[in-house]
Amino acid sequence: MSHDTTQPEDILGLAAAWKAQGEQVAIATVVETWGSSPRPAGSRLAVTASGRLAGSVSGGCIEGAVADAAKQAMATGTPQLLDFGVSDERAWEVGLSCGGRVKVFVEPLT
Amino acid sequence: MKAETLARLQAERAAQRPVVLLTRLSDGAQHLWPQEALPAALAEAARQALGSEKSTTVALDGETWFVHPHNPPLRIIVVGAVHIAQAMAPMAAPLGFEMIVVDPRRAFATAERLPGFTLRTDWPDEAMAALKPDARSAVVTLTHDPKLDDPALDAALRSPAFYIGALGSRRTHAKRVARLKELGHDDDAIARIHAPVGLDIAAVTAPEIALSVMAEIVAARRGAALGQPRPVPAAAEPRVSIGISA
Repeated sequence: MSHDTTQPEDILGLAAAWKAQGEQVAIATVVETWGSSPRPAGSRLAVTASGRLAGSVSGGCIEGAVADAAKQAMATGTPQLLDFGVSDERAWEVGLSCGGRVKVFVEPLT
Repeated sequence: MKAETLARLQAERAAQRPVVLLTRLSDGAQHLWPQEALPAALAEAARQALGSEKSTTVALDGETWFVHPHNPPLRIIVVGAVHIAQAMAPMAAPLGFEMIVVDPRRAFATAERLPGFTLRTDWPDEAMAALKPDARSAVVTLTHDPKLDDPALDAALRSPAFYIGALGSRRTHAKRVARLKELGHDDDAIARIHAPVGLDIAAVTAPEIALSVMAEIVAARRGAALGQPRPVPAAAEPRVSIGISA
């Protein structure tokens, strides 16, 4: 299996396996970073409606908010582009303590 | 992502073909390159992303696309199915490497010693000719036996491998340098060999040596100063050896 230089685990393989088990699945991907963001562009997090998580899009600070957005994306079937940064109220809430900024694309697996 | 797109992406990755996933961020529309024809600007961005192994975004006609490369794994070709190779094996996959072990000595190269790993029992020169190390390959010799190590190093030096390492003390390496010079390799070529192999963490046990080698390969791969080869030693001078080094 190939890897994408940013992530050793096969998050896509897990997402496919969860989907095959009948789970609702969404995939979140870091698409842009500025400053000292902890995970590079291309890092992935797979989420199920039942609450399973694999991979990461930060050092753990925004995964909760991303999982919430993923549940919305699964419910509506529409992808979302999330922007977490120090100037963002939401980032303050979820605490992107590294001071960086990161954009995360969240898409349901349909 | 459509399940069908995911299945095609995974099939390309399983076949170890380079593939780029392009996503239009406004609506999530996706394409795979080079499997699908794309506008020149997107295809060029995809080609560059595979080369740099970095994800990027590109703007085209007022739309932003996320360009996400998936290269086949890097390879580590290890000559010598020895204890250190066994210790390296479980570290390889999590670090993003496919590990291939070459050892014609059948007592060593057994599936029991290296379960789940690609083992080759042909001679290193034949194995290297078949494996064709490229710029995404590392070659590490661990046998201590010139009959096995030298042909592999000779082939590695004629390849664009991004890392070449050879187990053996400084004294052993100085003798090896002399033999490789006889095979026609000059100082610049021989300077590509990391020897003694591995970062100097005063490793003693096989897992410690494996860790030092894997760390050095990662450093070379990521372009860290620690991953630079050390100077070629001067010709061997006879002296009493009082220590044992890797």
